[in-house]
Amino acid sequence: MKVMLVDDSKTMRTIQRNILMQLGFKEIEEACDGQDALSKVSAFAPELLLVDWNMPNMDGITFVKNYRAQGGKSPVVMVTTEAEKTRVVEAIKAGVNNYVVKPFTPDVLSQRINETLSRTKAA
Amino acid sequence: MDASSIAAFVVSTNDVFRTMLSLGVTAGKPYTCCVVPRFENEVSGIIGMSGDVQGMVVLSFPTTTACNVIRAFTGMDMDPSSPDFADAIGELVNMISGAAKAKFEGKNVSISCPSVVIGRGHKVQQPSDALCITIPFECAAGAFSVEVAIKSARAATYATGGAATSNAVTTNTTNAAKAA
Repeated sequence: MKVMLVDDSKTMRTIQRNILMQLGFKEIEEACDGQDALSKVSAFAPELLLVDWNMPNMDGITFVKNYRAQGGKSPVVMVTTEAEKTRVVEAIKAGVNNYVVKPFTPDVLSQRINETLSRTKAA
Repeated sequence: MDASSIAAFVVSTNDVFRTMLSLGVTAGKPYTCCVVPRFENEVSGIIGMSGDVQGMVVLSFPTTTACNVIRAFTGMDMDPSSPDFADAIGELVNMISGAAKAKFEGKNVSISCPSVVIGRGHKVQQPSDALCITIPFECAAGAFSVEVAIKSARAATYATGGAATSNAVTTNTTNAAKAA
């Protein structure tokens, strides 16, 4: 399965990549902001996206709205420090499927990824 | 700034270090930033806050502690001059500030992308009209501090944030831009 990591922090992308690899994901593409991600989604065609909220050039919410507007249907998990309920609602409205608040443990991220993929499969 | 704001940063710092670094931290008694610090700032991660709460948050370390912390965070030894080191420090202050602002109930607060300053003896000048509180922490990686200078937007009158002084290197972790 192809996964795209969208986060402006290389450290956070590396941590998430390591967790994904432990879960058995091998095809992983990285993007450093929403703009970079938009330029890569067509060619890479991710089947799951992990997206940060606060990023330069284009934030995660704007990216998700653009991705959905372009017909992107793959599940999106937002991985962010934005923990307020109003932000979670905003993200869901924008087309986010699941939400992980930083800081997170590998178990929590793994659980949300599996949960998201199970829901998508069942739909 | 009230006691609950300081408590929010104590809790968020503890959460970030415990969850992402597997390090327990002990918070000391907070003091105003005009008190002589326990150590010379050598590595600082800086985040601005805007919206209903305005000001800035600075996560400061001596270099040795910063290296230990980054090793615990990333699992790797990093040279403080590498962009990855600044990126990791920036992500730590980002998580601490984000988790703290979530505890400001009923407030709409945004945080900036982090900046990182590296250099011996630098001072991060906090906004002059916001009380600056230093929260000292100890952990197995060494001593560090979180400086918080925030105020309610209703009382905010300043238009710009603080500035770092000395011969430090400032890294905007987003753009990897450096300026002496």
